[in-house]
Amino acid sequence: MATFNLIQTVTVGAGGAATINFTSIPQIYTDLIVYLSGRYDNAVSFNAGALRFNNDSGNNYSYRVLRGNGSSVDSFSGTTSYIEFGTNQGSGSTANIFGSHSAYIPNYAGSTFKSVSMDQVAENNAIETRMQLTSGLWSSTSAITLITIFPGGGYNWVQYSSASLYGISKT
Amino acid sequence: MDKTYEPIATQTLGSAAASVIFGSIPQTYTDLVLIVNTQTSSNVNVFMRFNEDTSSNYSDTRLVGNGSAASSGRLTSQTSAIIISGDPSLNFSTYKVDIFNYTNATTFKTFLIRSNTADRAASLVGLWRATPAAISTINIRVDTGTFNTGSTFTLYGIKAA
Repeated sequence: MATFNLIQTVTVGAGGAATINFTSIPQIYTDLIVYLSGRYDNAVSFNAGALRFNNDSGNNYSYRVLRGNGSSVDSFSGTTSYIEFGTNQGSGSTANIFGSHSAYIPNYAGSTFKSVSMDQVAENNAIETRMQLTSGLWSSTSAITLITIFPGGGYNWVQYSSASLYGISKT
Repeated sequence: MDKTYEPIATQTLGSAAASVIFGSIPQTYTDLVLIVNTQTSSNVNVFMRFNEDTSSNYSDTRLVGNGSAASSGRLTSQTSAIIISGDPSLNFSTYKVDIFNYTNATTFKTFLIRSNTADRAASLVGLWRATPAAISTINIRVDTGTFNTGSTFTLYGIKAA
């Protein structure tokens, strides 16, 4: 077995999609990595996304964000029903630019609470851009079998948004 | 095809421990990646040392977001590299450390750390400026208390080809 194994790739088709889902995640790896390239169909320049595990919509998630927009930095937090997955461009931003994300999820099959490390950038070739580091926590002892990533505000992923899930093996 | 991302060693704590050591690190890779998923018994800093060097040879510069404010700071001439400051919530936390060009014996070593606790998100760049030596040992430790049972530590080697 390779160390870095592709589990699944999802590419959004014509018409868009409300969510990107990875289902029936094999429990044979040590850690998981998600790489996502995404853009939303809302009219604003930027909008936040969300990450959820096992369809758990309870207020079992918390996160801390460190963010820069090219001129200032800030930090914010949340305790809610998802982990903020960083910002992506909407149709109000420069055309054809997608945000890039990585999420590292160690010990996803274990029985401890799940800690997530995420890095994200939404470069825009314009006045405003976004760079974000996120520390996330899912307060559940369940193994992660399903990952859902969706735009906030009920918007959709546009066509050609894509995400890949990798499993990291120790052998 | 040869693998370019290889696990060198992994340790899962079956009982609490104050330190975890990766010794005799193979010198056959280009770079190293250390993944730590750990819970500490008390609100204490997590540190890292190379080659058991306890001299004041470590420094770092960091960006930190605690949920309400962003800040930057630096520490110089430390006896360890800080991976993360303490987590009051004592939840499991994730750290990723990239260590570059670890085998060379002619330059000081730099490393990048992404630290994630329930209390903050942080990114650090670190420097180890002992007499240039290849890194053969990494010691991850807490000054007081322990890492709890179930904490995991994995060291990966990255090959250029």
